[in-house]
Amino acid sequence: MIRSGGTSLALTALVLALAALLPLAGSPYWQSIGISIAMFAVLTTSWALFSGPTHYISLATAAFFGVGSYTTGMGIELLPYWCLPPIAGVLGAAMAALVGLATLRLSGVYFVIFTLGLAELVRQIIIWFQNFSGQKGLYVLTKITEAQIYWQLLGLAALVYLAGWAIGRSRLGFALRIIGDDEQVARHSGINTARAKVALFMISGAAAAVVGAILAPRYVYIEPATAFTPMLSFQVVIMALLGGTGRLWGPVVGVIPFTFLWEAISSSFPNQTTLLLGVCFLVIVYVLPRGFVGLIEAVRRRVAAREGVA
Amino acid sequence: MDILITGLFLGGAYALIAMGLNLQYGIARIMNLANGEMLVFGGFAAFWMYTAAQVSPLLTVFLVAPAAFAMNWVIYSVMLRPLVRRARSRGQLEVDAILATFGLSFVSVGIMLALFGGDYFNYSYLARPITLAGDTYALNRATAFVAAVLICAAVYLWLNLSRPGLSIRAIAVAPDSARLVGIDVPRLAALAFALGGAITATGGALLSMFFTLDASTGVIFTLKALVIVIMGGVGDVRGTIVAALALGILETFVAAVIDPGLTLAAAYLLFIVILLFRPQGLFGRRGA
Repeated sequence: MIRSGGTSLALTALVLALAALLPLAGSPYWQSIGISIAMFAVLTTSWALFSGPTHYISLATAAFFGVGSYTTGMGIELLPYWCLPPIAGVLGAAMAALVGLATLRLSGVYFVIFTLGLAELVRQIIIWFQNFSGQKGLYVLTKITEAQIYWQLLGLAALVYLAGWAIGRSRLGFALRIIGDDEQVARHSGINTARAKVALFMISGAAAAVVGAILAPRYVYIEPATAFTPMLSFQVVIMALLGGTGRLWGPVVGVIPFTFLWEAISSSFPNQTTLLLGVCFLVIVYVLPRGFVGLIEAVRRRVAAREGVA
Repeated sequence: MDILITGLFLGGAYALIAMGLNLQYGIARIMNLANGEMLVFGGFAAFWMYTAAQVSPLLTVFLVAPAAFAMNWVIYSVMLRPLVRRARSRGQLEVDAILATFGLSFVSVGIMLALFGGDYFNYSYLARPITLAGDTYALNRATAFVAAVLICAAVYLWLNLSRPGLSIRAIAVAPDSARLVGIDVPRLAALAFALGGAITATGGALLSMFFTLDASTGVIFTLKALVIVIMGGVGDVRGTIVAALALGILETFVAAVIDPGLTLAAAYLLFIVILLFRPQGLFGRRGA
């Protein structure tokens, strides 16, 4: 990614441009799959921006996503739609900063535990506030079509890739790689480790909140139980690790097969999705510790070695 | 007063659950996120034995504990020991253990859902009122508390007075040096992990006497146990007990005075305060 910056940028732009043609095909099924893939592509790639180099496993995606959905849900009657996703992004970044400042100075376990319950925490607080106002959920009625949501997600994906590419070449990205290798060394060479981690976690949180804001019109009715579903955080972790977090394009390699698998399982065995998540976690740990990307690279290296001999 | 005693009763069950997790994390160095499922398993067993054969949960405990001990021993030897072996650093083991036990947790929830469905289960055992200091309480809560106190005391004494207990505490303090003085760390780590699972399952069986559980409640208890362990200090039994009682009282207070829907928020508030001011635990020393 770093070595061949120009070509991979062009390649990414080409793939995104091709993907943007999908709504023209006109099939509602493919449209809906396309939205899922685009949504998870953004969520996993932004997740991996933070968790890939630092090895901190964030389970906060659902919390940021829910905050984003609620931003659209509450703001849609007061403000024009186009300014809501940016507001959601700012809120997501602010929340990530608070969580990061409290937990990222400490070891990774504290962070995992804290983010694990974060979505549930925000959900309980929202339900508590709703007890005062008496409303149960929010209606988001707009004229935004599925295709428009899809294009917005693709645009966001382009932004996230660009950000990831820029971070990879910046001092911040270099600092993060050192932190991931050895935090002690990083601190001794003068890197403000807490600040670097919080900064990246904010980017990741902002992206997830914007995705939530963009997708809110699709759900029409938002309530805490659906906006903050903890399943989302786990899906994102699995897809990103399945693909591999070592490369910017790694997570997408996990997103595409997993989205189809998930669709298939949840339509024919809706009660077995938890089991599927569990099995995927075990597969990642025991069979594919470096994801599909690691597998591909191992195969490629073996082929190269064989050609070298011959 | 009412809140204090109800909170204390709840905290007793929490102490057992968190002590189980603390043995697993503090000694075996496995952050076991499937801990809550072991609790639900204990609760399920108690429920099933009571509704099917009218066996008192207090007797079922003697079945649940050995079964959970064996189960956790197998889980540790088959699933987790390879991870311990391949890990090059403490951090990598933590990440691997978290992902593997998450997998285990989801698989067990999935299996329980498939076998028993997603219904809530509870049963009515010793649901009689008793009077203490002028207020009335449910007898089943009081009984569970007494049982929890007995078990906590037994584990505490065992850790502090017996030779294996001494070795286990040595591993908690200095895992590398423990090996140098001839302690069989891998064997005792497995023992601590299995024992932790057994204690948690026992806590689940006791909790089910007065608490409604379902197949997917495990994760909530895992979270609470984690908060307690961190608050009490990793590997510190005394701290765990104090922290569990504090959480039980705080939750009961929040549920009674503010809103019953905010119990996890209360636990989190406590968690944040601990993280900001005493990340080493209540009785821990800085830099230890």
